[in-house]
Amino acid sequence: MLTHYLSWGLLVLGGFLCVSGAIGLLRFPDFFTRMHAASVTDTLAAGMIMCGLMLQAPSWIVFAKLVMILVFILLTAPTSGHALAKAALHSGMKPLLPDSKHAQGGL
Amino acid sequence: MEATIHMIILSMLLAVAIAIVRIKDLFAVVMLAGIYGLLSATFFVLMDAMDVAFTEAAVGAGISTLLMLTALSMTGRYASTGSSYKPLLALGLVVFTGAMLIFGTTDLPSIGDPQSPVNTHVGYDYLATTPEDIDIPNVVAAVLASYRGFDTFGEVVVIFTAGIGVLALLMRTPLNTSAVASMRDHVVLRVVAKMLIPLILLFGLYVQFHGEYGPGGGFQAGVIFASAFFLYAMLFGLGAARKVINMTLVRLLSALGVLIYGSVGLVSMLNGHNFLDYNALAANPIDGQHYGIILVELGVGITVASVMIIIFFTFSSRSQNEGDSD
Repeated sequence: MLTHYLSWGLLVLGGFLCVSGAIGLLRFPDFFTRMHAASVTDTLAAGMIMCGLMLQAPSWIVFAKLVMILVFILLTAPTSGHALAKAALHSGMKPLLPDSKHAQGGL
Repeated sequence: MEATIHMIILSMLLAVAIAIVRIKDLFAVVMLAGIYGLLSATFFVLMDAMDVAFTEAAVGAGISTLLMLTALSMTGRYASTGSSYKPLLALGLVVFTGAMLIFGTTDLPSIGDPQSPVNTHVGYDYLATTPEDIDIPNVVAAVLASYRGFDTFGEVVVIFTAGIGVLALLMRTPLNTSAVASMRDHVVLRVVAKMLIPLILLFGLYVQFHGEYGPGGGFQAGVIFASAFFLYAMLFGLGAARKVINMTLVRLLSALGVLIYGSVGLVSMLNGHNFLDYNALAANPIDGQHYGIILVELGVGITVASVMIIIFFTFSSRSQNEGDSD
Protein backbone atom coordinates (compact mmCIF):
# COMPACT_ATOMS: atom_id res chain seq x y z
CA MET A 1 0.00 0.00 0.00
CA LEU A 2 2.84 2.38 0.87
CA THR A 3 4.58 1.62 -2.41
CA HIS A 4 1.30 2.29 -4.18
CA TYR A 5 1.02 5.82 -2.78
CA LEU A 6 4.74 6.44 -3.24
CA SER A 7 4.49 5.36 -6.85
CA TRP A 8 1.52 7.64 -7.52
CA GLY A 9 3.28 10.50 -5.77
CA LEU A 10 6.29 10.05 -8.04
CA LEU A 11 4.12 9.77 -11.15
CA VAL A 12 2.15 12.92 -10.34
CA LEU A 13 5.32 14.86 -9.46
CA GLY A 14 6.92 13.68 -12.72
CA GLY A 15 3.84 14.72 -14.66
CA PHE A 16 3.88 18.12 -12.98
CA LEU A 17 7.55 18.59 -13.88
CA CYS A 18 6.74 17.64 -17.51
CA VAL A 19 4.03 20.31 -17.67
CA SER A 20 6.16 22.94 -15.92
CA GLY A 21 9.06 22.08 -18.27
CA ALA A 22 6.81 22.61 -21.27
CA ILE A 23 5.60 25.95 -19.89
CA GLY A 24 9.19 26.96 -19.21
CA LEU A 25 10.16 26.01 -22.75
CA LEU A 26 7.58 28.44 -24.03
CA ARG A 27 7.98 31.27 -21.52
CA PHE A 28 11.66 31.53 -20.55
CA PRO A 29 13.51 34.53 -22.01
CA ASP A 30 16.52 33.07 -23.85
CA PHE A 31 17.82 29.88 -25.42
CA PHE A 32 19.80 28.60 -22.45
CA THR A 33 17.07 28.99 -19.85
CA ARG A 34 14.63 27.29 -22.23
CA MET A 35 17.09 24.49 -22.70
CA HIS A 36 17.29 24.17 -18.93
CA ALA A 37 13.52 23.66 -18.79
CA ALA A 38 13.72 21.02 -21.53
CA SER A 39 16.58 19.21 -19.78
CA VAL A 40 14.68 19.09 -16.50
CA THR A 41 11.82 17.41 -18.36
CA ASP A 42 14.24 14.99 -20.00
CA THR A 43 16.09 13.90 -16.86
CA LEU A 44 14.22 14.58 -13.62
CA ALA A 45 10.64 14.22 -14.86
CA ALA A 46 11.39 11.15 -16.96
CA GLY A 47 13.40 9.65 -14.07
CA MET A 48 10.56 10.22 -11.60
CA ILE A 49 8.00 8.67 -13.94
CA MET A 50 10.32 5.68 -14.46
CA CYS A 51 10.81 5.27 -10.69
CA GLY A 52 7.07 5.50 -10.17
CA LEU A 53 6.52 2.80 -12.76
CA MET A 54 9.26 0.65 -11.23
CA LEU A 55 7.40 0.61 -7.91
CA GLN A 56 4.37 -0.78 -9.76
CA ALA A 57 6.33 -3.35 -11.77
CA PRO A 58 4.51 -6.69 -11.69
CA SER A 59 7.66 -8.79 -12.10
CA TRP A 60 11.43 -8.52 -11.82
CA ILE A 61 11.94 -8.67 -15.58
CA VAL A 62 9.75 -5.57 -16.05
CA PHE A 63 11.64 -3.87 -13.22
CA ALA A 64 14.97 -4.69 -14.86
CA LYS A 65 13.79 -3.36 -18.22
CA LEU A 66 12.63 -0.11 -16.60
CA VAL A 67 16.03 0.24 -14.88
CA MET A 68 17.73 -0.19 -18.26
CA ILE A 69 15.49 2.45 -19.85
CA LEU A 70 16.25 4.80 -16.94
CA VAL A 71 20.01 4.29 -17.35
CA PHE A 72 19.66 4.93 -21.08
CA ILE A 73 17.71 8.15 -20.47
CA LEU A 74 20.18 9.33 -17.84
CA LEU A 75 23.02 8.75 -20.33
CA THR A 76 21.45 10.29 -23.43
CA ALA A 77 19.35 13.21 -22.13
CA PRO A 78 22.19 15.18 -20.46
CA THR A 79 24.42 14.41 -23.44
CA SER A 80 21.92 15.84 -25.90
CA GLY A 81 21.46 18.87 -23.64
CA HIS A 82 25.23 19.34 -23.55
CA ALA A 83 25.50 19.01 -27.34
CA LEU A 84 22.69 21.52 -27.83
CA ALA A 85 24.25 24.10 -25.48
CA LYS A 86 27.67 23.63 -27.07
CA ALA A 87 26.27 24.04 -30.57
CA ALA A 88 24.48 27.22 -29.47
CA LEU A 89 27.66 28.65 -27.91
CA HIS A 90 29.71 27.77 -31.01
CA SER A 91 27.25 29.52 -33.28
CA GLY A 92 27.71 32.69 -31.25
CA MET A 93 24.67 32.70 -28.98
CA LYS A 94 25.36 34.41 -25.65
CA PRO A 95 23.42 33.70 -22.46
CA LEU A 96 21.15 36.53 -21.32
CA LEU A 97 22.72 37.92 -18.16
CA PRO A 98 21.00 40.33 -15.75
CA ASP A 99 23.74 43.03 -15.75
CA SER A 100 24.69 42.96 -19.43
CA LYS A 101 22.60 45.55 -21.22
CA HIS A 102 23.53 44.53 -24.75
CA ALA A 103 23.49 40.76 -24.41
CA GLN A 104 22.18 39.25 -27.62
CA GLY A 105 20.49 36.16 -26.29
CA GLY A 106 17.08 34.90 -27.18
CA LEU A 107 15.72 33.70 -30.45
CA MET B 1 -11.04 8.32 -22.36
CA GLU B 2 -9.21 6.32 -24.99
CA ALA B 3 -11.12 8.10 -27.74
CA THR B 4 -10.03 11.45 -26.25
CA ILE B 5 -6.37 10.41 -26.35
CA HIS B 6 -6.82 9.24 -29.95
CA MET B 7 -8.33 12.61 -30.86
CA ILE B 8 -5.49 14.52 -29.17
CA ILE B 9 -2.76 12.50 -30.91
CA LEU B 10 -4.49 12.71 -34.29
CA SER B 11 -4.88 16.50 -33.96
CA MET B 12 -1.19 16.76 -33.03
CA LEU B 13 -0.37 14.71 -36.16
CA LEU B 14 -2.45 17.13 -38.23
CA ALA B 15 -0.74 20.17 -36.65
CA VAL B 16 2.71 18.68 -37.34
CA ALA B 17 1.73 17.91 -40.94
CA ILE B 18 0.55 21.50 -41.51
CA ALA B 19 3.77 22.82 -39.93
CA ILE B 20 5.81 20.60 -42.29
CA VAL B 21 4.01 22.11 -45.27
CA ARG B 22 4.36 25.70 -44.07
CA ILE B 23 7.98 25.80 -42.87
CA LYS B 24 10.72 26.69 -45.39
CA ASP B 25 13.67 25.64 -43.18
CA LEU B 26 14.28 22.04 -44.26
CA PHE B 27 16.24 21.20 -41.10
CA ALA B 28 13.14 21.99 -39.02
CA VAL B 29 11.04 20.02 -41.52
CA VAL B 30 13.21 16.93 -41.03
CA MET B 31 12.92 17.25 -37.25
CA LEU B 32 9.14 17.66 -37.53
CA ALA B 33 9.01 14.56 -39.73
CA GLY B 34 10.76 12.68 -36.91
CA ILE B 35 8.17 14.00 -34.45
CA TYR B 36 5.45 12.89 -36.88
CA GLY B 37 6.93 9.37 -36.87
CA LEU B 38 7.08 9.31 -33.07
CA LEU B 39 3.45 10.48 -32.77
CA SER B 40 2.37 7.80 -35.25
CA ALA B 41 4.23 5.21 -33.19
CA THR B 42 2.39 6.40 -30.06
CA PHE B 43 -0.88 6.09 -31.92
CA PHE B 44 -0.04 2.54 -33.00
CA VAL B 45 0.77 1.64 -29.38
CA LEU B 46 -2.68 2.90 -28.38
CA MET B 47 -4.16 0.67 -31.11
CA ASP B 48 -2.26 -2.31 -29.56
CA ALA B 49 -0.16 -2.75 -32.73
CA MET B 50 3.18 -3.16 -30.94
CA ASP B 51 5.21 -4.48 -33.88
CA VAL B 52 4.01 -1.71 -36.19
CA ALA B 53 4.71 0.89 -33.50
CA PHE B 54 8.21 -0.50 -33.03
CA THR B 55 8.88 -0.34 -36.77
CA GLU B 56 7.49 3.17 -37.00
CA ALA B 57 9.62 4.36 -34.07
CA ALA B 58 12.78 2.76 -35.48
CA VAL B 59 12.25 3.65 -39.15
CA GLY B 60 9.97 6.71 -39.19
CA ALA B 61 11.36 8.55 -36.19
CA GLY B 62 14.88 7.12 -36.18
CA ILE B 63 16.65 6.15 -39.32
CA SER B 64 14.69 8.10 -41.92
CA THR B 65 15.37 11.30 -39.96
CA LEU B 66 19.09 10.49 -40.05
CA LEU B 67 19.03 9.66 -43.76
CA MET B 68 17.12 12.86 -44.54
CA LEU B 69 19.64 14.89 -42.53
CA THR B 70 22.41 13.29 -44.57
CA ALA B 71 20.56 14.11 -47.77
CA LEU B 72 20.09 17.66 -46.47
CA SER B 73 23.84 18.12 -46.17
CA MET B 74 23.95 17.48 -49.94
CA THR B 75 21.13 19.81 -50.99
CA GLY B 76 21.27 22.83 -48.68
CA ARG B 77 19.06 23.94 -45.88
CA TYR B 78 16.31 26.09 -47.34
CA ALA B 79 13.52 25.22 -49.76
CA SER B 80 14.02 26.82 -53.16
CA THR B 81 11.44 29.32 -54.37
CA GLY B 82 13.15 29.97 -57.70
CA SER B 83 11.72 29.87 -61.22
CA SER B 84 11.10 26.11 -61.09
CA TYR B 85 8.75 26.60 -58.14
CA LYS B 86 5.25 25.91 -59.51
CA PRO B 87 2.94 25.23 -56.58
CA LEU B 88 -0.40 25.23 -58.42
CA LEU B 89 0.00 21.94 -60.26
CA ALA B 90 1.29 20.21 -57.11
CA LEU B 91 -1.52 21.73 -55.05
CA GLY B 92 -4.12 20.51 -57.53
CA LEU B 93 -2.63 17.02 -57.50
CA VAL B 94 -2.56 16.93 -53.69
CA VAL B 95 -6.15 18.17 -53.39
CA PHE B 96 -7.28 15.59 -55.95
CA THR B 97 -5.44 12.72 -54.21
CA GLY B 98 -6.68 13.86 -50.81
CA ALA B 99 -10.27 14.02 -52.05
CA MET B 100 -9.92 10.51 -53.50
CA LEU B 101 -8.52 9.21 -50.20
CA ILE B 102 -11.31 10.82 -48.18
CA PHE B 103 -13.81 9.35 -50.65
CA GLY B 104 -12.12 5.98 -50.11
CA THR B 105 -12.55 6.16 -46.34
CA THR B 106 -16.35 6.05 -46.76
CA ASP B 107 -15.92 2.41 -47.77
CA LEU B 108 -13.77 1.48 -44.77
CA PRO B 109 -15.34 -0.51 -41.92
CA SER B 110 -15.33 1.18 -38.51
CA ILE B 111 -12.68 0.17 -35.97
CA GLY B 112 -13.45 -3.21 -34.38
CA ASP B 113 -16.35 -3.96 -36.74
CA PRO B 114 -16.95 -7.75 -36.44
CA GLN B 115 -18.21 -7.86 -40.07
CA SER B 116 -15.08 -6.26 -41.54
CA PRO B 117 -12.92 -8.42 -43.87
CA VAL B 118 -10.09 -8.41 -41.30
CA ASN B 119 -12.31 -10.08 -38.73
CA THR B 120 -14.20 -12.43 -41.02
CA HIS B 121 -11.47 -13.58 -43.41
CA VAL B 122 -8.15 -15.02 -42.19
CA GLY B 123 -7.38 -12.97 -39.06
CA TYR B 124 -9.06 -15.37 -36.62
CA ASP B 125 -7.64 -18.38 -38.49
CA TYR B 126 -4.11 -17.12 -37.88
CA LEU B 127 -4.85 -16.44 -34.20
CA ALA B 128 -6.39 -19.89 -33.79
CA THR B 129 -3.85 -21.96 -35.70
CA THR B 130 -0.60 -20.24 -34.66
CA PRO B 131 -0.27 -22.10 -31.30
CA GLU B 132 -0.62 -25.56 -32.91
CA ASP B 133 1.00 -24.91 -36.32
CA ILE B 134 3.95 -22.73 -35.34
CA ASP B 135 3.94 -22.51 -31.56
CA ILE B 136 5.50 -19.08 -31.03
CA PRO B 137 3.95 -16.45 -28.76
CA ASN B 138 4.15 -13.50 -31.20
CA VAL B 139 1.42 -14.08 -33.78
CA VAL B 140 2.64 -11.08 -35.78
CA ALA B 141 5.99 -12.79 -36.35
CA ALA B 142 4.16 -15.99 -37.34
CA VAL B 143 1.99 -14.16 -39.89
CA LEU B 144 4.87 -12.08 -41.21
CA ALA B 145 7.51 -14.79 -41.53
CA SER B 146 5.52 -17.97 -42.09
CA TYR B 147 1.89 -17.54 -43.21
CA ARG B 148 2.75 -14.50 -45.34
CA GLY B 149 6.40 -15.39 -45.94
CA PHE B 150 6.16 -14.71 -49.64
CA ASP B 151 4.97 -11.11 -49.08
CA THR B 152 7.84 -10.50 -46.70
CA PHE B 153 10.23 -11.94 -49.26
CA GLY B 154 8.92 -9.28 -51.64
CA GLU B 155 9.55 -6.56 -49.06
CA VAL B 156 13.13 -7.70 -48.55
CA VAL B 157 13.70 -7.66 -52.30
CA VAL B 158 12.27 -4.11 -52.42
CA ILE B 159 14.75 -2.96 -49.75
CA PHE B 160 17.59 -4.72 -51.57
CA THR B 161 16.55 -2.99 -54.81
CA ALA B 162 16.57 0.37 -53.04
CA GLY B 163 20.16 -0.27 -51.96
CA ILE B 164 21.14 -1.25 -55.50
CA GLY B 165 19.41 1.86 -56.84
CA VAL B 166 21.34 4.17 -54.52
CA LEU B 167 24.59 2.43 -55.46
CA ALA B 168 23.85 2.62 -59.18
CA LEU B 169 23.10 6.34 -58.99
CA LEU B 170 25.78 7.51 -56.60
CA MET B 171 28.58 4.94 -56.48
CA ARG B 172 30.70 6.38 -59.27
CA THR B 173 31.72 9.41 -57.24
CA PRO B 174 35.28 8.87 -56.01
CA LEU B 175 35.42 8.50 -52.27
CA ASN B 176 37.02 11.31 -50.36
CA THR B 177 37.39 10.57 -46.69
CA SER B 178 40.39 12.75 -45.90
CA ALA B 179 38.46 16.01 -45.50
CA VAL B 180 35.95 14.64 -43.03
CA ALA B 181 35.03 16.71 -40.01
CA SER B 182 35.15 14.17 -37.24
CA MET B 183 33.96 15.57 -33.95
CA ARG B 184 37.35 15.28 -32.30
CA ASP B 185 36.75 18.10 -29.84
CA HIS B 186 33.43 16.83 -28.53
CA VAL B 187 34.76 14.73 -25.68
CA VAL B 188 31.48 14.20 -23.87
CA LEU B 189 29.67 13.07 -27.00
CA ARG B 190 32.44 10.65 -27.92
CA VAL B 191 32.66 9.10 -24.45
CA VAL B 192 28.90 8.61 -24.21
CA ALA B 193 28.75 7.25 -27.75
CA LYS B 194 31.50 4.77 -26.94
CA MET B 195 29.42 3.57 -24.00
CA LEU B 196 26.22 3.40 -26.03
CA ILE B 197 27.39 1.77 -29.29
CA PRO B 198 27.93 -1.73 -27.81
CA LEU B 199 24.57 -1.47 -26.02
CA ILE B 200 22.83 -0.46 -29.27
CA LEU B 201 24.40 -3.41 -31.10
CA LEU B 202 23.38 -5.74 -28.28
CA PHE B 203 19.83 -4.38 -28.31
CA GLY B 204 19.71 -4.92 -32.07
CA LEU B 205 20.67 -8.57 -31.62
CA TYR B 206 18.07 -8.91 -28.85
CA VAL B 207 15.35 -7.50 -31.09
CA GLN B 208 16.49 -9.80 -33.90
CA PHE B 209 16.42 -13.05 -31.96
CA HIS B 210 13.59 -12.19 -29.58
CA GLY B 211 11.22 -11.39 -32.45
CA GLU B 212 9.36 -14.68 -32.07
CA TYR B 213 8.57 -13.97 -28.41
CA GLY B 214 7.95 -10.22 -28.31
CA PRO B 215 7.62 -7.23 -30.61
CA GLY B 216 10.51 -7.02 -33.01
CA GLY B 217 12.14 -8.96 -35.78
CA GLY B 218 14.48 -8.55 -38.69
CA PHE B 219 13.31 -5.17 -39.97
CA GLN B 220 13.55 -3.33 -36.65
CA ALA B 221 16.75 -5.14 -35.66
CA GLY B 222 18.46 -4.30 -38.95
CA VAL B 223 17.62 -0.61 -38.57
CA ILE B 224 18.81 -0.50 -34.94
CA PHE B 225 22.00 -2.36 -35.81
CA ALA B 226 22.76 0.04 -38.66
CA SER B 227 22.10 3.11 -36.51
CA ALA B 228 25.01 2.15 -34.23
CA PHE B 229 27.29 2.41 -37.28
CA PHE B 230 25.74 5.76 -38.20
CA LEU B 231 26.45 7.06 -34.70
CA TYR B 232 30.06 5.93 -34.99
CA ALA B 233 30.48 7.55 -38.41
CA MET B 234 28.93 10.83 -37.28
CA LEU B 235 31.12 11.17 -34.21
CA PHE B 236 34.43 9.75 -35.36
CA GLY B 237 34.31 10.78 -39.02
CA LEU B 238 33.78 8.82 -42.20
CA GLY B 239 37.45 7.90 -42.46
CA ALA B 240 37.48 6.10 -39.12
CA ALA B 241 34.16 4.41 -39.92
CA ARG B 242 35.45 3.21 -43.27
CA LYS B 243 38.29 1.46 -41.48
CA VAL B 244 35.69 -0.47 -39.46
CA ILE B 245 33.36 -1.23 -42.35
CA ASN B 246 34.44 -3.01 -45.49
CA MET B 247 32.01 -1.68 -48.09
CA THR B 248 32.52 -4.62 -50.45
CA LEU B 249 31.62 -6.96 -47.62
CA VAL B 250 28.52 -4.90 -46.77
CA ARG B 251 27.40 -5.07 -50.41
CA LEU B 252 27.87 -8.84 -50.39
CA LEU B 253 25.96 -9.07 -47.10
CA SER B 254 23.01 -7.12 -48.49
CA ALA B 255 22.70 -9.76 -51.21
CA LEU B 256 23.39 -12.58 -48.75
CA GLY B 257 20.29 -11.74 -46.69
CA VAL B 258 18.01 -12.07 -49.73
CA LEU B 259 19.90 -15.23 -50.69
CA ILE B 260 19.31 -16.79 -47.24
CA TYR B 261 15.61 -15.98 -47.46
CA GLY B 262 15.24 -17.41 -50.96
CA SER B 263 17.33 -20.47 -50.14
CA VAL B 264 15.07 -21.38 -47.23
CA GLY B 265 12.19 -21.36 -49.70
CA LEU B 266 14.15 -23.44 -52.21
CA VAL B 267 15.12 -26.01 -49.58
CA SER B 268 11.47 -26.54 -48.71
CA MET B 269 10.68 -26.90 -52.44
CA LEU B 270 13.47 -29.48 -52.87
CA ASN B 271 11.94 -31.42 -49.96
CA GLY B 272 8.71 -31.70 -51.91
CA HIS B 273 6.71 -28.93 -50.19
CA ASN B 274 5.59 -25.50 -51.34
CA PHE B 275 8.00 -22.54 -51.59
CA LEU B 276 8.67 -21.22 -48.05
CA ASP B 277 6.73 -24.06 -46.41
CA TYR B 278 8.92 -24.47 -43.33
CA ASN B 279 7.31 -27.75 -42.27
CA ALA B 280 9.79 -29.40 -44.66
CA LEU B 281 12.87 -28.14 -42.83
CA ALA B 282 12.86 -30.67 -39.98
CA ALA B 283 11.31 -34.02 -39.12
CA ASN B 284 8.96 -32.33 -36.65
CA PRO B 285 6.89 -29.64 -38.50
CA ILE B 286 6.91 -27.24 -35.52
CA ASP B 287 10.71 -27.43 -35.28
CA GLY B 288 10.81 -26.80 -39.02
CA GLN B 289 8.66 -23.68 -38.58
CA HIS B 290 10.99 -22.40 -35.84
CA TYR B 291 14.12 -22.98 -37.97
CA GLY B 292 12.46 -21.35 -40.97
CA ILE B 293 11.31 -18.26 -39.08
CA ILE B 294 14.68 -17.72 -37.40
CA LEU B 295 16.59 -18.12 -40.70
CA VAL B 296 14.20 -15.89 -42.63
CA GLU B 297 14.29 -13.15 -39.96
CA LEU B 298 18.09 -13.38 -39.98
CA GLY B 299 18.08 -12.84 -43.75
CA VAL B 300 15.76 -9.84 -43.34
CA GLY B 301 17.96 -8.37 -40.60
CA ILE B 302 21.19 -8.77 -42.60
CA THR B 303 19.74 -7.20 -45.74
CA VAL B 304 18.06 -4.29 -43.93
CA ALA B 305 21.16 -3.45 -41.86
CA SER B 306 23.55 -3.58 -44.82
CA VAL B 307 21.27 -1.63 -47.17
CA MET B 308 20.88 1.10 -44.52
CA ILE B 309 24.66 1.24 -44.08
CA ILE B 310 25.14 1.37 -47.88
CA ILE B 311 22.64 4.24 -48.28
CA PHE B 312 24.09 6.24 -45.40
CA PHE B 313 27.71 5.87 -46.44
CA THR B 314 27.03 6.52 -50.12
CA PHE B 315 25.07 9.68 -49.27
CA SER B 316 27.53 11.02 -46.73
CA SER B 317 30.73 10.36 -48.70
CA ARG B 318 29.12 12.12 -51.64
CA SER B 319 28.17 15.16 -49.60
CA GLN B 320 31.79 15.36 -48.42
CA ASN B 321 32.86 15.51 -52.06
CA GLU B 322 30.49 18.28 -53.05
CA GLY B 323 32.14 20.47 -50.46
CA ASP B 324 29.19 22.86 -50.27
CA SER B 325 28.40 22.02 -46.69
CA ASP B 326 30.20 21.78 -43.42
